[in-house]
Amino acid sequence: MGKNQQQQKICYVNTGPGQKPGVSKFFKKDFLFKFILFFSGFLVFLLVLSIFVSLILNSVPSLKEFGLKFFVSKTWDPVFEQFGALPFITGTLLTSFLAILITIPFSLAISIYLAEFTKHGFYPGFLKNSIDLLAGVPSVVYGFFGIFVIVPVIRYLQIKLHIEPYGVGIFTASIILSIMIIPFSSSLGREIIEMVPAEIKEAAYSLGSTRFEVIKYVILPYARSGITAGILLALGRAIGETMAVTMVIGNSNMMPESIFSPSNTMASVIANEFTEAVTSIHLSSLIEIGVVLFLVTTMISITGKIIIKKFAVHQ
Amino acid sequence: MKKIFKVMLGVVMMLLMVNVSKADDKELIGAGATFPYPLYSKMFDVYYKEHGIKVNYSAIGSGGGIRQLKEKTVDFGGTDAFLSDQQIKEMGADIVHIPVCMGAVVLAYNMPGIKTLYLTPDIVADMFLGKIKKWNDPKIQKINPKEKLPDTNIVTVHRSDGSGTTFIFTDYLSKISNEWQSKVGKGTSVNWPIGLGGKGNSGVAGLIKNVPYSIGYVELIYALSNKIPFATLQNKSGVFIEPSLTTTSKAGDVKLPDDMRVSITDTDAKDGYSISGFTWIIVYKKQNYGNRSYERAKTLVNLLWWMVHQGQKYAEELHYAPLSKQALMKAENLIKSITYNGKQIMN
Repeated sequence: MGKNQQQQKICYVNTGPGQKPGVSKFFKKDFLFKFILFFSGFLVFLLVLSIFVSLILNSVPSLKEFGLKFFVSKTWDPVFEQFGALPFITGTLLTSFLAILITIPFSLAISIYLAEFTKHGFYPGFLKNSIDLLAGVPSVVYGFFGIFVIVPVIRYLQIKLHIEPYGVGIFTASIILSIMIIPFSSSLGREIIEMVPAEIKEAAYSLGSTRFEVIKYVILPYARSGITAGILLALGRAIGETMAVTMVIGNSNMMPESIFSPSNTMASVIANEFTEAVTSIHLSSLIEIGVVLFLVTTMISITGKIIIKKFAVHQ
Repeated sequence: MKKIFKVMLGVVMMLLMVNVSKADDKELIGAGATFPYPLYSKMFDVYYKEHGIKVNYSAIGSGGGIRQLKEKTVDFGGTDAFLSDQQIKEMGADIVHIPVCMGAVVLAYNMPGIKTLYLTPDIVADMFLGKIKKWNDPKIQKINPKEKLPDTNIVTVHRSDGSGTTFIFTDYLSKISNEWQSKVGKGTSVNWPIGLGGKGNSGVAGLIKNVPYSIGYVELIYALSNKIPFATLQNKSGVFIEPSLTTTSKAGDVKLPDDMRVSITDTDAKDGYSISGFTWIIVYKKQNYGNRSYERAKTLVNLLWWMVHQGQKYAEELHYAPLSKQALMKAENLIKSITYNGKQIMN
């Protein structure tokens, strides 16, 4: 084989371009390479599709039994086999959107600071590395941090506010989540802000704008699609987060009364109950929650794409 | 390119080899409950050294163990809750429940300054139903005359993940309170009327430690090894029993059914602790299913016999309660009832 190939190579070189045998060989390899690339890509598509189909198939018993009631019922009772996901859907949306609200000012500030103010030097490098590190910390470690640091602080706050001092709950989970998603929203934002053409910034400066005005009237409008996309990416991450949330949310399957109430999210109820779900209807209800999670993340990703397209500044 | 292919081929071959070795009769596979896992791994480790039979047990939870046995991917399953008649029907063939050890669930609490706490069944049920809201409720204060209980809200803590511990605890509550039985019922996960949820024993213990004036249930082993204070509970005979390995074992000294599918919570035993239960290994009664060899069935039965006899001595050092005499006798009969092609395997 090896010898043959070598001979062919020599042959190809000797005959030069345009000669038939060498070219056809080259063509075949090219085609094969293209096919492998196409196939790998197609495999991913197939994977996504099969995940979705298997989720749907496995949730058929619960789809049949509860229908649309599954999304509006507040009872989750494995003993009497009544399953409604509203408390978990509410819990997931509340924690994620609250986390986004908390994280936006910080991540925006970080992106603007890193992209516009100090690009080089010790502090920005240190800041960048710490943010990257935040992305790499395992979520169970965030959970520990939540239990040992955030929970006592929140409990102190609750005692001052005369609320039942649980410490755990939606607000605590949101704070943990907002820390976890800072890397996602800030790094994309920073990259987009760096891409704002120097010419238009300089034009604004030349017209007498202050630095703040340049950021407000030139950079942010220009970069808004990228910043929004980063936030949506972070939202997707917040919705799916399981371990850290489970550790600090209080895991109560009831409708939350305030942002300090203990609650539960879709991802954490699946993680909690899946291993010991014995009856088939319980199992398929948990899988149906998985379907809902899948759909919600898909919707967020699609919305992200639309926003990027719509708000992108065309050149 | 070629190198990558070679490496990939090697990996595939290795995976295949792992699969082949699994079919060996010198190795048994089990899966199920997490509660007895520390004891099982100790037992299987000793058994491997003594008999050269390797046992792989994965602690994936009782539900998972039952499912895997049903799909016949394991030789035995481990469960903390016995199968209902309906569930046995779904398994396709008769199932034998062999009790291996006993565990207790204790009510751990966090009340600064309070060293001992006495509770009655009614109080426990009312606490978890949300009917008794304050620690200094006259009902609690009355049986704890020596302590001055605080005027604070009770925070109840339960397991958020499905677990055998929850099954034992809710089974107890269903027995002592009609209201609990009709409103909540028993199961590995239930619809808790109030309270916070923690994941795993460690999650519940963490919440109890972190939230002052809270009370929750954890396994006795967990409370003992983490030195969390727990309540002394009045049993059916009216005696206040401090949970321990001895009082747990004693809870099993009652008349037991032949198939051992029994809950011994709220035990009739006079000096037994009320919230205790068995943990079982489940196997198919007729072992000649699928392509199982007689050798494999025999290996499995020998292991089970060893676990309920010689294996019992490892229970106490790991804070599990060994089987009571009554339970051991029943277990022996159950192991003898396992057959291959209609013939008894153990003789």
